[in-house]
Amino acid sequence: MNKNVERLYNGIIKENPTFVLMLGMCPTLAVTSSAINGLGMGLSTTVVLICSNLLISLFRKVIPDKVRMPAYIVIVASLVTVVEFLMKAYLQSLSNALGVYIPLIVVNCIILGRAESYASKNPPIPSIFDGIGMGLGFTCGLTIIGLIREILGAGTIFDQPVLVNIGFTPITIFIMAPGAFLVLAFLVAGMNIVRKKMENRGTPLAKPSGCISGDCANCGMSASCTGKAVAVEEPKADVTAEKPQN
Amino acid sequence: MKELILIAVGSAIVNNVVLSQFLGICPFLGVSKKVNTAAGMGGAVIFVITISSFITGLIYKYILNNPFLISKGIDLTYLKTIVFILVIASLVQFVEMFLKKSMPSLYDSLCVYLPLITTNCAVLGVALNCVTYDYNILEGVVYGFATAAGFFIAIVLMAGIREKIEYNDIPRTFQGTAIVLVTACLMSIAFMGFSGMI
Repeated sequence: MNKNVERLYNGIIKENPTFVLMLGMCPTLAVTSSAINGLGMGLSTTVVLICSNLLISLFRKVIPDKVRMPAYIVIVASLVTVVEFLMKAYLQSLSNALGVYIPLIVVNCIILGRAESYASKNPPIPSIFDGIGMGLGFTCGLTIIGLIREILGAGTIFDQPVLVNIGFTPITIFIMAPGAFLVLAFLVAGMNIVRKKMENRGTPLAKPSGCISGDCANCGMSASCTGKAVAVEEPKADVTAEKPQN
Repeated sequence: MKELILIAVGSAIVNNVVLSQFLGICPFLGVSKKVNTAAGMGGAVIFVITISSFITGLIYKYILNNPFLISKGIDLTYLKTIVFILVIASLVQFVEMFLKKSMPSLYDSLCVYLPLITTNCAVLGVALNCVTYDYNILEGVVYGFATAAGFFIAIVLMAGIREKIEYNDIPRTFQGTAIVLVTACLMSIAFMGFSGMI
């Protein structure tokens, strides 16, 4: 398979950031109260991801290893600022709906994770396709979760009334905060079944990386994260906790 | 004074940072296995967010949004995302070095949780929200402290529940993260009960 097509497939299906890798959980939970918000957030993240992958890949030989994290952060933060102002100018209503989560794309672990694990090691063209693949995978994930929540919680699809006409009473809690957790919980449970099946077939899915799994070793952010130190410390805490019982 | 109390109660309980604003989900799910570690993480977050909301408040008021510069036609407020994230990143490193030198005992209890809470979106979220809500520096610090206290409450409660869940018989597909998310959902419903308070 062509390497660029392979990157797209990898991002959208094989290592889908929402369903398989479980990255970027904050926006996944926060902005999916409707499909259109999920789509908007996903696409703005995609734009930032493509540009940041391109720039970081271009500068990968110039940026000294010691200061690479701050350098990546500056690049990503500048791009996010640009996207934020573009949205304020041209997509006013979406910008209001997403609010503080647009500038918070800076700390989305997908972006720094891809920068660290792919763009900093590969030439620009594959990096762009990696960004497109991962971004579209994230967009799909957010849109699907948004659709589920919108159908159940408001009875609409992309703001078009669908279920309301046939006498369905919307379960409002699904578009409120608890609904986000519940939908994600069932999604994770569903993925557990899929994971099990794929393992039995001999083609295991990629493991969740990111904080949700507690697997800090494979996380792109591991160079700059608090959780890591805690996870390493965990066995030690076990020993001290068990001591009094002995 | 009444304003400050309203801000504090509102951000700590009514609009809980984790359960209704979804900031800091990563440590909330990842570091909530034991009450001890959860309390340590919560303490470190309170410490960092309180300091960072003070520093970012100062920087925003006196550098980015400086009336003198604005009267000269230089409006730097658009730089806030870049400046805040860099300030927070370096601040955490600086706080770590300072504590190591001058308060070794506090450092020992917080050190594992301190190295770069930068990626914790709650820290940046608080700094940006202070600007959005137009808080002055005192209000910003109170807001930051209360938000972090809300994080502390949520993560410690979650760790307590997770320690009990360990002994329960959970369907196989829901083991691990899924049951934690269901728990978070129920906690979130419980916290919605506070929403009529303010």
